[in-house]
Amino acid sequence: MATTAQPLPGTGVTDVGQTAPPPPEGALIRNLRTIGMVWKREIIRFRRTPARIVSGLAQPILFLFVLGAGIKPLVGQNSAGGVDYQQFILPGVMAMSVLFSSLFSAISIVWDREFGFLREMLVAPVSRAGLVLGKAAGSGTVAAGQGLILLIAAPIVGVHLDALQIIEVIPLLMLLAFALTAFGIVIASRMQRMESFQMVMGLVVNPMLFLSGAIFPLAGLATWLAVVTRLNPATYGIDPIRRVMLGEHDAAPLTINGWVVPIWTEVLIVLTLGIAMLALAVRSFQKTE
Amino acid sequence: MVATNGTNGAVEVDGLVKRFGDFTAVDGISFSVEPGELFGFLGPNGAGKTTTISVLCTLLHPTDGVARVAGHDVLRARNEVRSNIGLVFQEVTLDDYLTGEENLRFHAVLYGLHGSEIKRRMDPLLDMVGLTDWASQQARFYSGGMKRRLEIARGLLHTPRVLFLDEPTIGLDPQTRVHIWDYVDELRVRESTTMFLTTHYMDEAERCDRIAIIDRGRIVAIDSPGALKASVGVDTVTIETADDATAREEIARGLGVEGEVLDEGEGLRLRVPDGESFVPRMFEHLTVGVRNVNVRRPSLDDVFIQYTGRDMRDAEAGAGDQLRANPMVRGFRRG
Repeated sequence: MATTAQPLPGTGVTDVGQTAPPPPEGALIRNLRTIGMVWKREIIRFRRTPARIVSGLAQPILFLFVLGAGIKPLVGQNSAGGVDYQQFILPGVMAMSVLFSSLFSAISIVWDREFGFLREMLVAPVSRAGLVLGKAAGSGTVAAGQGLILLIAAPIVGVHLDALQIIEVIPLLMLLAFALTAFGIVIASRMQRMESFQMVMGLVVNPMLFLSGAIFPLAGLATWLAVVTRLNPATYGIDPIRRVMLGEHDAAPLTINGWVVPIWTEVLIVLTLGIAMLALAVRSFQKTE
Repeated sequence: MVATNGTNGAVEVDGLVKRFGDFTAVDGISFSVEPGELFGFLGPNGAGKTTTISVLCTLLHPTDGVARVAGHDVLRARNEVRSNIGLVFQEVTLDDYLTGEENLRFHAVLYGLHGSEIKRRMDPLLDMVGLTDWASQQARFYSGGMKRRLEIARGLLHTPRVLFLDEPTIGLDPQTRVHIWDYVDELRVRESTTMFLTTHYMDEAERCDRIAIIDRGRIVAIDSPGALKASVGVDTVTIETADDATAREEIARGLGVEGEVLDEGEGLRLRVPDGESFVPRMFEHLTVGVRNVNVRRPSLDDVFIQYTGRDMRDAEAGAGDQLRANPMVRGFRRG
């Protein structure tokens, strides 16, 4: 749905802010401005809700420093690849942070609907695609940031990263955040009330997390578990992050039936699913009724 | 007075029908609103007001008929319609975590304003609604009246040709309502914006140039408030007497008018075609002492009752539920 930019019509007698109509601009510029504004709103809202930042970090920190520290002696030094359990779980915990944050912030669309702000956006003369892309970009940025900030914990648990590793991790986290946000927007477009959020957490977010390889290695599992974990898209988002952070050899890369899945394949899977979700999200917001 | 089939109207509706499954919410209505007019759209809940507004704002597709806003078809030229309308909804649609200014900027960008133009347009509007000093505060710290004023400023930011005010003062205290109307009046003078108003308050309806009353999806009356009141043709005479029951009997016997004795000694109420000439004739037949006589011309309330069978204020209850039942806003996808 293309937006045709047009000069704003004057209303005849006007002395409030009497201005010449703005020069006509292309639909692309107009859409980019919309995306930028919706993105900015997400960032502003995030900055103004410190409680959300803190609670977003609480769970990953519990996993890393309580669960991780507690289980570490149990599994020994070399049980999870060549690293200890806390080191193993760090990339998983970062991905977990991204997972919670993306879905939560995408689902805030339901909030916007309940509080009317969604209508303010939907009656604007802009394309739905612009609104959805802006939302995905904004929520994705916030979520990627929530994951990245946990890199601070890396030296504490003994994961030492060089600059190249960090540069590689950033786009991988952003990719995961973007795909999950798009998925969250699709859920939100089908959700009527915020009360359903608990259900989404229980039926979607938690299974996605537990079956993803975020908290245990995916090698040597019972067949059914091996199958389910490989059907979970989140698996392909988390595995490359771990391989980059811990090094290919220490991290026991994801295998399907003995075949080591290349990182680029994993990236392609997540990217494809993310784009498909985004297209679905745009579609569901284009239907006016 | 009004072009019913011209092409210059700010809003032109012809044979508009909107059905939800088997339910017909709007049943073939036609009307037009002239540029610069303050047009009142009244009706009981569920009469089709909100559905009509939703169609005019491009939030719902019409099932049948044609609707044009600012000269653009609501179905075929949705973005042109959207660019030319401003909306103030009955419930607040601000982002609470954005400041007043950020809310306006968000709106401005979505409506194609950019650069220094935003400020040029925004500052006088903030000044007009008296929120300049509050512009950098988050909207969640605003009172209900301030939020509504910010929404009015926002609705005007992109210089719309038609401003839809859907119960703009519902839930606000009387003083704030007066202020809001001062702003609206000022706007009409300064920007000559066409206003499309729904309200349940009689005094607000009185301000309109013309009123349409919609009931069960059809327009049952459309005219100026004065002409509508004249069409009712019944004055209300209320008298307080030493003995209301006796007075009632005497008037019924002498003039053939059946009065109604009000509770708690509030007097006797009579509905007659010409109250002022009725009063002297009434005195000829009364033997009981009269303390007080009040003759009232028909009000819009009487008009509303006559055409819809309901009181305007009764109709107010639960008005907030209406837009929420709007399938678009709730996100349903009905056939």
